[in-house]
This record gives sequence, structure tokens and C-alpha cells, in this order.
Amino acid sequence: MQSTCHFTRRAHQECERPSSSPSSGPVAGVSNRLQRALKIPVAALLLATAWLATTMAPAHANIDTTINNLTAPVASWVGKVVFFKIPLGGADLPLVVLWLIAGAVFFTFYMQFVNLRGFKHAIHLVRGDYADPNSAGEVSHFQALATAVSGTVGIGNIGGVAVAVTVGGAGATFWLIMAGFLGMSTKFVECTLGVKYRNENPDGSVSGGPMYYLRRGFSDRGMEGFGKFIGAFYAIGIFIGALGIGNMFQSNQAYVQLNHVSGGALDGLGWLVGLIMAVVVFSVIVGGIKSIAKVTEKIVPFMAVFYCLFAVLVILMNYASLPAAIGNIFTGAFTADGVAGGALGAMIIGFQRAVFSNEAGIGSASIAHSAVRTDEPVTEGYVSLLEPFIDTIVICTITALVIGTTHVAYPGFAGDATGVAMTSLAFEQKFSWFPIPLALAAVLFAFSTMIAWSYYGLKGWTYLFGEEAKTQTTYKVIFCAFVALGCMVQLGPLLDISDAFVFLICVPNILGLYFLAPIVKREMESYLARIESGEIKRFKN
Amino acid sequence: MKKSNLLAVDGSPGGKKALQYVLDTIDSSTVGIVLAYVIEWSPYTFNTPEENAERHQRRESEITRAKAGVVAPAKKQLEEKGFSVQAVVRHGPPAETLINLAHEYKVSEVAFGRRGQSGIKSLLFGSVAGSLIQTSDIPITVVP
Repeated sequence: MQSTCHFTRRAHQECERPSSSPSSGPVAGVSNRLQRALKIPVAALLLATAWLATTMAPAHANIDTTINNLTAPVASWVGKVVFFKIPLGGADLPLVVLWLIAGAVFFTFYMQFVNLRGFKHAIHLVRGDYADPNSAGEVSHFQALATAVSGTVGIGNIGGVAVAVTVGGAGATFWLIMAGFLGMSTKFVECTLGVKYRNENPDGSVSGGPMYYLRRGFSDRGMEGFGKFIGAFYAIGIFIGALGIGNMFQSNQAYVQLNHVSGGALDGLGWLVGLIMAVVVFSVIVGGIKSIAKVTEKIVPFMAVFYCLFAVLVILMNYASLPAAIGNIFTGAFTADGVAGGALGAMIIGFQRAVFSNEAGIGSASIAHSAVRTDEPVTEGYVSLLEPFIDTIVICTITALVIGTTHVAYPGFAGDATGVAMTSLAFEQKFSWFPIPLALAAVLFAFSTMIAWSYYGLKGWTYLFGEEAKTQTTYKVIFCAFVALGCMVQLGPLLDISDAFVFLICVPNILGLYFLAPIVKREMESYLARIESGEIKRFKN
Repeated sequence: MKKSNLLAVDGSPGGKKALQYVLDTIDSSTVGIVLAYVIEWSPYTFNTPEENAERHQRRESEITRAKAGVVAPAKKQLEEKGFSVQAVVRHGPPAETLINLAHEYKVSEVAFGRRGQSGIKSLLFGSVAGSLIQTSDIPITVVP
């Protein structure tokens, strides 16, 4: 069996030898036949759920309510399990959030503040300063970054921040930024591992991500059984979680904004909007109609810049309220009277929404970055530092300041609205027409996030059930069904379920990162030494 | 030391004209040829994750197609005429890459066939010939 790693010149890359039966995926102690047998019932169950939901009750308004009534208790149960809370200083601290914070802090220190010290190098890498002309045509660092960012910049940056501020007060913004800053280190570790432990398929394409590095990493440490289990656990978590954060949440909030912009004309028509979105997503990921994806991928960065530009304009127009808004953020971060749980409550919410937005600790970015063909896995780690920076420290903060300054200038502007609706109202105070381009931006962000997450979920699915085309199509169809479903559910239970799965998979991921961090540290130190000595060539500038 | 010229081909009629120009006018005993095929590509595009995952195999097949379909036949024609040929296939933005290759291989001249895009298209999207002429520091022969 030949190794598929003929392109590496150094032993920095661990590549998987193709398994003896190329059409099956590796899974924890479950035989191939059982895997195949399991695949169909699981797929059927997921599809049945979606189908049942979409065909219930003839009256349109009733569909939405019925789904909501069905999902709310499930959501709350799942939420209780994942977010098991311990009381701490007046607030209820979910253990899983503590797990994330501890991880981010640990990795920041252990990697010697790579989030600060590696930033400049990340920019050089993305610019192409270290790009070997002979490897032109392979995925560049810029492309890997752009792909990952378009996956993380989604409705969360517009709507999730509003939720954070509603629940946690202005102080949540401070902790959001902190979480973004610390999360950069977590991303650094997971993306380096994603490249290092990826699998090269017989057809030349690449499959990588936490399920691979968890299994291989624990296996290398002599814990093979546990490695297989945890890899499979993660894979299941991500293909279900993808249906929440990368799917239903996005389509839901896009629908909300469209409805808001049309002045409520789409009330009760969530199922229709969802269906249309599902068809479009289907045509891209199953139909392979690349043109739609290509157009979206090109427009999204422009929309992001447009959004930030106008957000900055709004902030400047509210400049009189800016000092007060910033003051609120700092006092809220440390005192937060009036918020449930006080400052700690703000911190918890800030961290939760930041992770939801920039995905540090979830491991999804490592799937995107694993496609880059490089001799130095740690370079992708550096590049990935920029993602939480762009996503959270720049875009989320801008959104938070728009909302914060509007709060000061126009108290009570939002009324009952939260999520994307609140952000929209904030912009409306200055630019009454803004909800329209915002709706367009929301739909495009949602769309590009859905495309990216369909891929991440797919990788989890194929890890368990094999890389055959039919297997892949099955998951893609399920994914599209849930796009439609997302528009029929209320934000509350939807967010609970999405949150729950996403944070659930953080647990095995970060556990694996703790075990594998020494490997990343070694890679980083060796790489830095070789940069110093000039062994690694700088080709430009 | 024999000097060398760079001949840019891309499978288009312009490239063929440039090849014919070299065959007709260049003296094979004093000039070596660097035969270059630049596959248009930019490192600054926005792709889907699936496109990135497939990129490596795409790249390999693009290079194979270029070599077999365009470079190998051109090389044969040149060698029959007595030229010593070095063939290279590289991805990148066309004008920039050609100039980089010209420097790398230390050529004295570049021969390039104009693709003859309409005036509007050239105006809006630029032409490779135009960029080459304006940014190169080596003599360029544009074969119309």
C-alpha cells in the first residue's frame, strides 16, 4: 500500500495510508457491514424528522407554531444536558463554557501568546511572501483563510451579537472581544493539527478535521480504542451540529430579516422562504451548479466590507454617544447590575456568542484549512489566527458598537426585537433604507455559511459512512431539508439546539487539543527556528 | 554562452502564431528556447471548501493537459528545427508569471502571441499583452 504523501520533503506531515477498503470509513470498533446498515436508518430518521415537520398542518401560520411546539421541549432538554451549570458567584456557569475559556487561556500561554506574536507573520503568509512559485496553483493561504472566514462570518456576526447584548448587557461585548482574542490560540492549535493529520483519498481529494486528528492523536499516544471512540463521537456531533449553527440558525435569521424588511409580508411564510433557500443550496451542493457558489463567494467579501463601512458610519454619526457606549461596555463587563448573573453572566454570554461566531474550539476551521497542501502544517495555524480577529474582534465589535451607541442615543429603540431584527433597527435610526441591503447581506452571509457548513457536516458523515458519492448525496439532501426547516422554528429553541450541539463537540475537540498541543508547540518552535536561520525562504518583499 | 528566448504558448491561435514566428525568424544555433505555458490562476480568489479540497487533483490534471496538448507538440516542432528547448508549465497571473519566468531563466527576449480580444474586452479586463509590454524590463515581441 503506497503512502499518499509523496509531495512532502520533511517528516512534518503525518498522512494516512488508504484503508484496505477504500469505500468505507474508519469508525470506533464497528464493522463495515454494521456501518452500512446504520447509515440508512440514521439518514431516514433525519429525513423523516424534516419531512414530518414540513408537511404538518395546512394553515401556514400553524406549521410554524406546530414545529415550534415540537422542538421546544427537545431543545430545552438537550440544552440542559450540554449546558450543565454550576452556581458561581450569583451566576450559573455552564461547565462547557468554562472548558472553552480554560482551553483558550491555556493555549494562549502554552503557545507563548502566538495570538499576539504570530499576527504579523500570519499577514506575511496570507500576502504570499513565503509562497514558493513552483507550488503555484495549489490552494494558497489566502484562499484557505477566505474560505474559512466566509464560513464563520454569518448571521452570528449581525444577529448573535444583538442576542449577546440583550441577554448579557453591554458588558458582554467586552467578553466577546476577549473571547475572540483568546480563541485565536485555540484556532492556531486545531488548524495546525487539521493539516498535520489529514487523510488523502484515493481520488486525490483531501479529508481532514478533528475526527481525524483526534483518532490519530490518541492512537499515537497508545489510546487507540479511546481515539476511535472520540473520533466517531466528534464526527456524529459535527454532522448533527452542522444542521444547527451552519444551517437552521442561518436560514432562520435570514428569513427574519427578509420578513422585517418586507414589513411582515412574509409572516407565516417561513416554510416557503425556507423551501426556496433549500432549493438554491441543493442546486449548489448536490446539483454542482458552481456558478451560484462562485457568485456568492465573490459578493460576500464585498458585502462584508460594505456592512463594516456603514457600521463605522453609524458609529461615527452617533459619535456623541460613543464615549457613553464604550463606558457601558467596560462597566458592564465588571459590574453589570441589572443583568442576570452580573459580570459573570456577561462573561458567559460574551464567550458563548463569540465561540458561536468565530468557531474557535469547535474544530470546523481545521476541516477547511486541511485542504491546503503545505510542508509546514503550522503555517495554517498562523493563518487561522486571523479568523477570530476578523470575525469577532473586528466585525462583531463593530456590530456591538452600532447597537451600543444606538442604545445610548435612542433608548428603547429595539422594543421586543432581538437578533438580526435588533441590529437592523439600530441601522434604521440613521439610514432608514439600510434594512434592505442588510437583508441582502444577511441572506448572502447565511448562504455562504450554509455552503461551508454543509461541507464540514459532510466530512463528519463521510468519516463514519465512507466517501462514496451516494453516501455524500444522502447527507447533502438531509442538509437541504433542514435549511427549509430552519425557517419554521422560533429563534429561541433553535438557538438552544444549535448551541447545544456545537458546544457538545467542543468537549472532545479541546480534550484532544490538550493531548496534542505539545506536538503543535514542537512544530511551531522548529518552524520559527528555521525562519530565523533563513532555511525557510521568503520569496517576496 | 548561448542566449535564450522565452516563447509563451497557451493553446490559443495567438500562441501558435508566436511559435511560428520563432520557427521562422529565430536562429536555432545561437538561441535556446524556454517554452512556457502559464495556466491562468490567482492566489487571491474566494472558493468553496469543496473546491479547495479538489484543487490539488485539478492542478495536476491542468498541468498534464497543458503538457500533453500544447507543450509537447510545440517542443517537438522546435526540436525538429534544431532548437534546444526547456519546457515549463506554471500557474499564476499570466503577465506577472511570464516576467518572473523570464528572470528565472535569464532570457534576453520574450515572444508572445496576441489573443486579439475585442477593444471593449481589453479595455475592461485588460489584455495580457498590454500588461506585459507595460511591466516588462525585457524586450517583448508581440506577435499579432
